[in-house]
Amino acid sequence: METAVTQLQMIPLIYYVIFCSALFTIGVVGVLVKRNALAIFMSVELMLNSANLLIAAFAAYRNDPSGQVFVFFIMVVAAAEIAIGLALLVVVYRSSHTIDINILNRLKW
Amino acid sequence: MLQVYLFIFLSIVAISSAMMVLITKNPVHSVLYLTLTFFALAGHYILLNAQFLAVVHVIVYAGAIMVLFLFTVMLLNLNKEGQFPKTNLIKIMAVIAGGLLFVVLIGSIKSSELTTLTNPTTSQIGLVKNLGKTLFTEYLLPFELSSVLFLSAMVGAVMLGNKHKK
Repeated sequence: METAVTQLQMIPLIYYVIFCSALFTIGVVGVLVKRNALAIFMSVELMLNSANLLIAAFAAYRNDPSGQVFVFFIMVVAAAEIAIGLALLVVVYRSSHTIDINILNRLKW
Repeated sequence: MLQVYLFIFLSIVAISSAMMVLITKNPVHSVLYLTLTFFALAGHYILLNAQFLAVVHVIVYAGAIMVLFLFTVMLLNLNKEGQFPKTNLIKIMAVIAGGLLFVVLIGSIKSSELTTLTNPTTSQIGLVKNLGKTLFTEYLLPFELSSVLFLSAMVGAVMLGNKHKK
């Protein structure tokens, strides 16, 4: 009976799944819609964060610290990626004076 | 019940500000809405009783990455209006594709059964003490390797930035 009472009070795990799916979908729509490379980076950040929150939620509900350590490592890698990516964007802007991805389509073929 | 209300409030704040990131034309406003989303997510981490992750999230995302983004936006001078014109067709197609993706994700989850094992508010794994113990015993090697990764990222960013001077 004790477990039934605690399960009534806590947030169901499916709420986190639905919320993170919605946030991930917003990130995907941002990548598809935006033409500004900086805005695409921000949408990728949204997707990374939704995945992070879901991993942390699963780890918390399973009482497993390894999952939360993994979220920490994902944050580390994301920070390094953002530093490099923004430096690349600045270099691209210096050489071609735009960050519109429809103009920067040299890798298309 | 308070937890559920807090969860719904934070979710609404996060999702609406994430949508505003896409809707606003001004890149600076977009970055600021992204910061609001990150603070709402930090609230979610606190709700999961993961204080360490909440603090790291605020420091790394709301602190470092947002400053980097704002700095880049100001450096690139993107505030001119109408720089990125786009047709409505692409928007509609992208929203339909995203909606279908959402339906597929929810539908695939619905068939599986999620068991809620422990109450996160009573579990102590997210506290700094316990997570630090795991990080520095079991995951010490990846932790040290991540410092090498950071160093290489830093050197790479400086090299890319210096490229034009020769």
